Amino acid sequence: MSVADITVAPATRASLWLQPHRIGLILVAIGLVLLAAFTMRWDWIPNYTGLALRGLWTTIWLLVVTSALGLLLAIPIGLVQVTGPRWLSYPALWFCTVIRGTPLLLQLWLLYYGLGSLFPQFPWIRESFLWPYLRQAWPYAVLSLTLSYAAYEGEVMRGAFAGVARGQLEAARAFGMRRWTVFRRIWLPQALRSALPTLAGETVLQLKCTPLVATITVIDIYAVASRVRQDTFIIYEPLLLLALIYLCMTGVLVFLFRKLEARIPNRLG
Amino acid sequence: MLQVGTLELLAPYPPGWGGNLLRGLVNSIYIAIGAYALGLLIGTAGAYGKLYGGPITRDLLEVYTTVVRGVPELILILLLYYAGGDLINRVLVGIGSSPVDINGLIAGIVVLGVVQGAYSTEVLRGAILAVPQGQIEAARAYGMPPMLLMRRITLPAMLPFAIPGLANLWLIATKDTALLAVVGSFSELTLETRQAAGATKAYFTFYMAAGALYLLLTLVSNIVIARVENWARRGMPWVGGH
Repeated sequence: MSVADITVAPATRASLWLQPHRIGLILVAIGLVLLAAFTMRWDWIPNYTGLALRGLWTTIWLLVVTSALGLLLAIPIGLVQVTGPRWLSYPALWFCTVIRGTPLLLQLWLLYYGLGSLFPQFPWIRESFLWPYLRQAWPYAVLSLTLSYAAYEGEVMRGAFAGVARGQLEAARAFGMRRWTVFRRIWLPQALRSALPTLAGETVLQLKCTPLVATITVIDIYAVASRVRQDTFIIYEPLLLLALIYLCMTGVLVFLFRKLEARIPNRLG
Repeated sequence: MLQVGTLELLAPYPPGWGGNLLRGLVNSIYIAIGAYALGLLIGTAGAYGKLYGGPITRDLLEVYTTVVRGVPELILILLLYYAGGDLINRVLVGIGSSPVDINGLIAGIVVLGVVQGAYSTEVLRGAILAVPQGQIEAARAYGMPPMLLMRRITLPAMLPFAIPGLANLWLIATKDTALLAVVGSFSELTLETRQAAGATKAYFTFYMAAGALYLLLTLVSNIVIARVENWARRGMPWVGGH
């Protein structure tokens, strides 16, 4: 059988996807969108465009920064649970258990309201150079989202580090590589590769966690929609538009991760 | 703040707020159990629809699971809460009765249940596909009616494959109840905590206490889950065990 026989041509794939009932469903969907566009109120949009764009930027910025920092934290957290001494592996295990066992909203409020109400009692904190930042909301948002991502991804990285075949590490040691070199050249790349599919899922979950920061006065895209609701008493339109925006962001994230996965050679022996 | 005495603040009788927190925890557990059960019902129906339904059912279910899994829970909760309440009241006014205030507990259960349903659909669909299909075909060849087949063959056989995913969903359900605090009309644990903290200004104490309660719930759940998993896997060979 030649290659041309097994691979489906793009045209046929499109016609497989576009079955008659799908055309009907798409027409119904377009009808619903048009109905929403003409019967609902959208006149508030121009007044809030600037604010919404800034909110969108905050959401994206929070997602990228906290995921990157969280991943950096997750690597040592996963590693010490596989190979570290007890005084490191037990705290790491407890960190993962506590963060994964309590709601993120509560952690966020504990940090912002709890720590935020304790800090002013200590004069040396008030006099330190960090104080201007500690009085704002976003450092708490970044901290709690980072810790949450680190705990969930740390659990994934633990599995990924444990899943790298022993023989590979032993072979590297037999070649005379030092421990750090083994980690950098053999262990980490393979663990990251096997964690990549779950990384995509965790990042989508992280995106879906970002609107919680609006409850501690960070103005992200969700907070903008809430403000529209409070200002104009329009309930559904901002929420529907918001849902659509998040759906698009999820789609873009999944697409980007799929591209990344395709770039990494995945040869099975 | 800390001078007032943490123990007095957390005491279960009126000068302390411990009783409110415990009541909130019980409400959270009620909502989580209800939402989880509703989610399982929706999920079972959804999984069957996705596997055996017609093309339109399958596509609609795909839209449902994709939208629910791609939009933040908080927004879904707000949308369903406002839209659901609005819809019921419009129907009530339409048939000539007066509008009602919707019970917070029921609304919370329904709203979270719809969200859970999408995730359960995917978990159960995967689990049904993991059952050796010959077993289901054999049951059908014996002439078993569909409901009996589901009850006797499909559901018990898929359970070991579904339990890890379902356990995860239970833990998510308990933690998602906290999101209802943002809507602010259900007196579950996080909202009770917020009120107690706001009234006494002892934010740190109360959020730590609530965190401990949630953690306790998770740890107890983990113990129960391990037992259920052992029970569901009875008679199966140990794979990858030590």
